[in-house]
Amino acid sequence: MLTNRVIPCLDVDLGRVVKGVSFVDIRDAGDPAELADFYNSEGADELVFLDITASSDERNTMVDVVERVSAEVFIPLTVGGGIRSRDDMGRMLEAGAEKVSVNSAAVADPALIEDCAREFGSQCVVLAIDAQRRNGEPDWQVFTHGGRRGTEFGAIKWAIRGAELGAGELLVTSMDADGQQTGYDIELLKSISDQVSVPLIASGGAGKVEHFADAIKDGGADAVLAASLFHYGTLRIADVKAHMDEVGLPVRPVD
Amino acid sequence: MSEFRLAIINTGAANIHSVEKAVRVAGGDPVVTTSADVISNAHAAILPGVGANDAVMRQLIDRELPDTIREFADSGRPLLCVCLGMQILFESSEEGELPGLGILRGDVVRFPVDSKTADGTRLKVPHMGWNTVHFLDDEVARHPAFEGIPQDTFFYFVHSYHCRAKDPGDVAATSPHGIEVCAAVVHDNIVGTQFHPEKSGRSGLEIYAKFLDFAQRTK
Repeated sequence: MLTNRVIPCLDVDLGRVVKGVSFVDIRDAGDPAELADFYNSEGADELVFLDITASSDERNTMVDVVERVSAEVFIPLTVGGGIRSRDDMGRMLEAGAEKVSVNSAAVADPALIEDCAREFGSQCVVLAIDAQRRNGEPDWQVFTHGGRRGTEFGAIKWAIRGAELGAGELLVTSMDADGQQTGYDIELLKSISDQVSVPLIASGGAGKVEHFADAIKDGGADAVLAASLFHYGTLRIADVKAHMDEVGLPVRPVD
Repeated sequence: MSEFRLAIINTGAANIHSVEKAVRVAGGDPVVTTSADVISNAHAAILPGVGANDAVMRQLIDRELPDTIREFADSGRPLLCVCLGMQILFESSEEGELPGLGILRGDVVRFPVDSKTADGTRLKVPHMGWNTVHFLDDEVARHPAFEGIPQDTFFYFVHSYHCRAKDPGDVAATSPHGIEVCAAVVHDNIVGTQFHPEKSGRSGLEIYAKFLDFAQRTK
């Protein structure tokens, strides 16, 4: 049966992982391939690499990262951050990424989603949405540029439209919950999963094993993503999977 | 090993390099090619694919490869087809206008939109993630590429369309996603997987290794 995915997210700057794993003895905690291999052995179902390199001139280093990681680690790899065009997406896929996420550029030009889906298939187009609650408003506000720029878009509406345009998956981050470790924004997840039939990755707010299960059971997510929690060893992927299994959510056992 | 010629048919699909890397790790030395001559002279071939039916069929037609692939399939030499590579073996697809290669009888259709699974939850499309694969033959009767793979091993899937073989004997394995999805086909020398062995960790690499081993033995 189809299992719920547990996904660590790694931030990459200039080809190096920042905030690398700090709790195990790894020769080089900044090396993307070494960390990918570590998380593969931990039972990660997929990996997300987010390129946070500020300058677009230096973005090509990300292509090398994807090349190296995909030559060593044979699980799906999603790459995001700074993807502006169909060509950007094509380069990442060719380098070995399974999926590519778009965020700011898709808000600026929603046709990008359609264009990429037609060329490469919906299955590799992930729409990343950073959302924040607004007082007195029924929908969350979409932010772009790493959460720095507010937009006119409502998150639920944008999620529905993104899926209609051809996004094959949604990666929804609650900016309110992110870093708080008080749980994912279940209401946000549920509002989206109720209306969209593409898979949904929950992001932002995980602090304990129950939060992951809640995002799936109550939020309708298909996958759960976390970063620091895994990197600092607060929780291991095996802990999350053991709890999910206990409460009856199917997971792929760690080999 | 040096004279064993393995061709990965370049369908222009994005996962071609992942397939090549996985085949190398599994011990193969493939040539990624669009050349009809190279394919025709290979001892075994792999037909990968992701993306959209018409995009891949258009690439093959532009390079005059459909007949080359049909002849290769008819020749009895081992052919492994992955994901969209398996789907285009069939006669037609709802995903596009262009007919498939018609090597296997049957068609490719979309998962029903807004349908529910047995437990009443909404069926997610694409079918994306790690799912169990159930082989329909017991281990002894299986194709060598699948020999010894435990029942219900997890493999990585990502697809919105699924194959409906006209001849039930072509279906080698299924996976549950609302319906019993055709997860693998075997027809004489032709093997296909809907899942991605190149993204399925150790179990996936094992399939490439077993296919290579079989292909080298039958050379």
